[in-house]
Amino acid sequence: MTSGVDLSRPQQQTVGSDEDVVRVRQMVRTVAVAARLSLVDQTKVVTAASELARNTLVYGGGGTVEVTAVDNGRKPGIRIVFADSGPGIADVDLALTDGYTTGGGLGLGLSGARRLVDEFDILTAPGQGTRVTITKWSR
Amino acid sequence: MDRVPILKIGDILLVSIQVDMSDQTAVALQEDLAERIVATGCHGVIIDITALDIVDSFVGRMLSTIASISRVLDAETVVVGMRPAVAITLVELGLSLNGIRTALNVERGMELVAAGRGYDDYDEFDDGPDPAPTASP
Repeated sequence: MTSGVDLSRPQQQTVGSDEDVVRVRQMVRTVAVAARLSLVDQTKVVTAASELARNTLVYGGGGTVEVTAVDNGRKPGIRIVFADSGPGIADVDLALTDGYTTGGGLGLGLSGARRLVDEFDILTAPGQGTRVTITKWSR
Repeated sequence: MDRVPILKIGDILLVSIQVDMSDQTAVALQEDLAERIVATGCHGVIIDITALDIVDSFVGRMLSTIASISRVLDAETVVVGMRPAVAITLVELGLSLNGIRTALNVERGMELVAAGRGYDDYDEFDDGPDPAPTASP
C-alpha cells in the first residue's frame, strides 16, 4: 500500500471540474494496481472511468465518484460508482448506442465504457439523476 | 491550468505530452498548435504520446481535430509513441482515429512527415552531410 491510503475503504472524489476528472483517473489507477489488474485491464478501467466521470460533470452537472477494491471470493477487482443528481436519462437504450450524443461529443462515452468493463449497471430516470456502477475483475 | 509546450525543430513542431491533461488543457493545446503552425510556417506536427497512460474519447477527438486543423493549414500531423495497452483500449472503446497518421516513435514520425513533403530523407532538414544511404525495402 502506498502513502498510508487504506485501499480497503472506498475512496471518494467529488466531480465539479475538469481537474476532478483527472483526480478520478489517478484514484482509479491506484486502486486498480492494488487489485492486481493487468496493465491492459488497468488501462481499460481508467479509460472507462474517465468517460463516465466526464459524463457526471458534463451531463449530470457534477456529482461524486466512489472507488472500492472488491473481492468475489475467487479474484480481486475494482468497483466504481458515478452518481449525480442531474436531469437523468430518458431513454437509456438510446444513450447506450454508439455515436448517440446530446453534448456534441463522439457519443462513445457510455457505450464505450460499457465495453471496457466486466459489469455495467445504470440506474436513472428523468429528474432523478444518474447512477452508473462498473466493475472490473482481475483475470 | 497546465499548458503543453510546443517545440520547433527545423520544419516540424514537436509536442510531447507529459501530463495527464485536463479537458481544458487539451483544448488549449489545439488552439496553441494552430497558432504556432501559422506563425512558424512549419509543415509537420509530431505529437508524442509515449507518456500518456490512457487516451479517452476526448483526447482521441482532440488528436483528430488537430490533424484536421493542421491539414487545412498545410501541415501533416503524425501521432507517435502510443502504448500497446492504449491502442487495445482505444479500439475497444470504438475510436478508430480516422485520418490520423501514426508512427511508433518520433524518429519514424519525422521520416513520415519528410516523405509526405516529397523529401526522400528527413536528414535533408539539417545542413550537415547526409549519412551513407541505407538499403530501402
